[in-house]
Amino acid sequence: MNVMVSPRKKLVVIGNGMAGMRTVEEILHRAPGMFDITVFGAEPQPNYDRIMLSPLLAGDKSFEQIVLNSLDWYVEHKIELIAGESVTAIDRASRIVTGEHGTSRHYDILLLATGSNPIVLPLPGVERAGVMTFRSVADVENMLEIAGPNKSAVVIGGGLLGLEAAHGLNLRGMEVSVVHLMPTLMERQLDASAAHLLERSLTQRGMSIYTSANTESLDGEGEGGPVHSVTLKDGRRIKADLVVMAVGIRPNTNLAKAAGLACDRGILVDAAMCTSDPAVFAIGECIEHNKACYGLVAPIWDMAKVAADHITGMAQTSFTPIATGTRLKVSGVEMFSAGAFMGDETTDDIVLRDAARGIYKRLVLRDDKLVGVVCFGDARDAGWYFQLLKDEEHLGGLRETMIFGPVTASADPNEALACMPDNVEICGCNGVKKGTICAAIAEHGLKSVDDVRARTKASASCGSCTNLVEGLLKISLGAEFSATAVKPMCKCTTHGHDEVRHRIKGGMLKTIPAVMQALEWHTPNGCASCRPALNFYLLAAWPEEYADDAQSRFVNERMHANIQKDGTYSVIPRMWGGTTTASELRAIADVVDKFNIPTVKITGGQRVDMLGVRKEDLRAVWQDLNAAGLVSGHAYGKALRTVKTCVGSEWCRFGTQDSTAMGVALEKATWGSWHPHKVKLAVSGCPRNCAEATIKDFGVIATEAGWDLHVGGNGGIKIRVTDLLCKVTTEEEVMEYACAFLQLYRTEARYMERTAPWIERVGLKYVQERIVDNAELRRSLFEDFIHAQKFAQIDPWAEETSCSTRGQKYDAMAELV
Amino acid sequence: MDGMQNAKNFLDVGALEDIAPLGARTVTTTLGDIAIFRTDGDEVFALRDQCPHKQGPLSQGIVHGKSVTCPLHDWVISLQSGLAQGLDIGCTPIFAVKVEAGRVLLALP
Ligand code: SRM
Ligand SMILES: Cc1cc2nc3c(=O)[nH]c(=O)nc-3n(C[C@H](O)[C@H](O)[C@H](O)COP(=O)(O)OP(=O)(O)OC[C@H]3O[C@@H](n4cnc5c(N)ncnc54)[C@H](O)[C@@H]3O)c2cc1C
Ligand code: SF4
Ligand code: FES
Repeated sequence: MNVMVSPRKKLVVIGNGMAGMRTVEEILHRAPGMFDITVFGAEPQPNYDRIMLSPLLAGDKSFEQIVLNSLDWYVEHKIELIAGESVTAIDRASRIVTGEHGTSRHYDILLLATGSNPIVLPLPGVERAGVMTFRSVADVENMLEIAGPNKSAVVIGGGLLGLEAAHGLNLRGMEVSVVHLMPTLMERQLDASAAHLLERSLTQRGMSIYTSANTESLDGEGEGGPVHSVTLKDGRRIKADLVVMAVGIRPNTNLAKAAGLACDRGILVDAAMCTSDPAVFAIGECIEHNKACYGLVAPIWDMAKVAADHITGMAQTSFTPIATGTRLKVSGVEMFSAGAFMGDETTDDIVLRDAARGIYKRLVLRDDKLVGVVCFGDARDAGWYFQLLKDEEHLGGLRETMIFGPVTASADPNEALACMPDNVEICGCNGVKKGTICAAIAEHGLKSVDDVRARTKASASCGSCTNLVEGLLKISLGAEFSATAVKPMCKCTTHGHDEVRHRIKGGMLKTIPAVMQALEWHTPNGCASCRPALNFYLLAAWPEEYADDAQSRFVNERMHANIQKDGTYSVIPRMWGGTTTASELRAIADVVDKFNIPTVKITGGQRVDMLGVRKEDLRAVWQDLNAAGLVSGHAYGKALRTVKTCVGSEWCRFGTQDSTAMGVALEKATWGSWHPHKVKLAVSGCPRNCAEATIKDFGVIATEAGWDLHVGGNGGIKIRVTDLLCKVTTEEEVMEYACAFLQLYRTEARYMERTAPWIERVGLKYVQERIVDNAELRRSLFEDFIHAQKFAQIDPWAEETSCSTRGQKYDAMAELV
Repeated sequence: MDGMQNAKNFLDVGALEDIAPLGARTVTTTLGDIAIFRTDGDEVFALRDQCPHKQGPLSQGIVHGKSVTCPLHDWVISLQSGLAQGLDIGCTPIFAVKVEAGRVLLALP
């Protein structure tokens, strides 16, 4: 047995929640190593972000994503965590706490952070299975056990918490009803106008809202059966497989009361967060200070600082209650309210209402000061209003335009941010002020939002202030920010395209799940924006091995045809260099007749389009076209599309070279290749340029002396004329340069970036250095391209018609008629 | 959804493996086409094969998590609720569907 006595003082924390752990963090920040720390938590999990329970319920976040302090964190900071054991007794005389399983610890200082308990109305039937509250991960798990499509949920309570539960259950496919005692929803945060908009928006989302509704009973089969419906006082019955009670919270004082600490509604504390026993501190939702209890995190972060100051003896600060604002996290509904938003006879209102857009703002003024605010539908300026309110600023001239926000005239939102005083709160979840963020950026050389998150916690919780944090980085770093910061591929990741490509190669990552795993994707299987990009990056990186993932292809590439607005498809076979034959045209004519194809059109790419083919007919159409030697034209793909040509020297009186033959040869070499975006080539027989080669990705123009090679042209949305890459003399050179250029593009450009914006980004010189000046590199790019083509030049139409299981996607699975 | 009554008439529409993971197939019915989606966790969901925006065939979209992105204009529709996500507003009907012994069972109202 170890008999050495630790010289350190012993701190015991009861409650492993947001308030308790924040205080521990603040203590470690001030005096690491001052205490031996033990934390008791009734919940089995490490400390997690309770605010994020609604995204967890909705399935937008996983538990791992809402953990605030991982188990490793406790180990790293040498904190003893006793999770899953509730403390049942405090012996203040001998300073010992004891848990329900008998674990006991001695303390020098005790911190109570026991939070609050949800109120459960004593309704008949409340004990039935299926009736629950919304406070913890366990509650969410209970809900998910029952939740599911075609089931019904009733949420009792139309306040902030109730609506978040209702939203989550709605997203889980349940038929959700909200029963609210008051005539309008969220009456403590919204005035009637905003509440009306909210009700409308929730109804549009498929929820049923019952206001001025009083619950009579929760009914089920017999005495003990699970709940199946809710009966209202007026006799109405609502089906319910699940009932969530969200009618309020009550500070959890049981333990403190039993230990003889002074309690009223909550555990009574002074401005130092100290209870009636000087060795016992209390903080969070369990306390009562100056007759007030708290239910939001912002004031709790202030309490944590004050408590840490006193526990470590570092400073004699005192807790002063601050005004708090409320935001609803229900996705798609932006709302914010704070202060005396209802107004009275001593106040004036400024109101902006745009019912069609669902926007409503109300500013409540008293004596030239802002005392209340409600924003619904557009809460972008909420932070600014809130600061004016907290600072009790004299409004003066601001009054005229303030309803339109801080920058009525300026187009630059960062200007408004720059003008804000340092004490404006940027991150409401974690209570981080503008000054703190800017100081951290300067002091620690922070470069990205991630850096700021790690250092200050700003935007680390709900993330709704990410734009503001980005804005502050821009203001602080100026041009350096755009140079260093990367734009994430999409909301599923923080990594940019280049980083992802780099890691795929470097990490030998060979499947989409492997990439998502290694790069810590935020979503289980990405989204419609990142999956096609990853599929392409893997294909370009590992041409031999990568097994294409059809489910990560956009519909056109999955179906090898272009979807039309009515769900039918268009079919465009390849016509090499724009050439065709009588037998090909005859086969096309036959197919059009046989399948009643409504429209036939010559495309802008020199070939024939058959429009309006039914999904079920696609394979038969391809079979007939294949029989005549016609293959897919990839008119649907981020792939080599067309090689346009003009007639050239064979017929044209001005032609200097055989542009048609050159075009056909290029198309035969490059068809089937996949790219970041579509790729178009053209070959003109003389500088009259009838094939429009100077708006193509790779354009070739014949001259008396040989060939001019052009790159980076684009018709389309933003027209760009090509840059001259170089001049060459032989057809072999044209081929080598073209393939090398395409290979450079397909291995380096970002998905959805055509050659024109790519070249503008990297510069023509960059491309010339690689393709023109460096013969060795050009040769190896060319060879890589030819190698990759061995695996790419397979006609997808032939493949789809020869393989029976692939055919499934064209037919209905069953017919119930 | 049908209020208080719960008993459903489930019909066998094929094997789970007939649908690719993160894919969808359609079932032709008198109510129009119904799309059956399969997630990577082998859950199945059934929605009317019509986007609430402009009737795009949702069965042809990209499935991710428990949502599908419409192939026509990229609306994201929840497979669980049929509701359009984000700022778009609209809803497509959902149908009861389940997997038993590897068979996909669909209930029509
Ligand atoms: C069929 C065709 C129009 C026609 O009847 O002539 C066509 C049809 C479509 N074009 Fe095109 N483009 C067609 C030639 C062109 C041309 C002309 C050309 O290739 O010389 C251009 C301008 C040149 C260029 O690309 O730089 C062109 C520029 C675009 C753009 C704008 C691209 C850009 O970089 O700005 C789009 C949009 C996109 O790709 O994102 C587009 C997209 C489309 C899509 C695929 C829209 C879509 O996503 O569904 C259309 C599909 C219709 C369908 O279902 O079949 N189409 N499109 C032409 C097919 C050519 C072929 O044989 O493959
Ligand atoms: C669904 C939901 C959404 C919310 N959204 C927001 C929001 O958007 N913004 C906002 O500001 N606030 C929000 N809140 C409120 C916020 O989560 C709370 O204010 C905050 O968590 C309070 O922290 P706390 O530490 O006092 O209590 P808690 O986080 O509840 O922590 C108390 C912990 O103590 C444990 N405990 C209690 N008694 C004992 C015992 N005897 N022994 C051992 N352990 C014990 C409990 O199990 C619990 O883990 C939300 C709350 C919920 C439930
Ligand atoms: S120009 Fe517009 S409408 Fe015409 S085919 Fe191209 S994308 Fe469609
Ligand atoms: S039809 Fe689905 S997004 Fe337009």
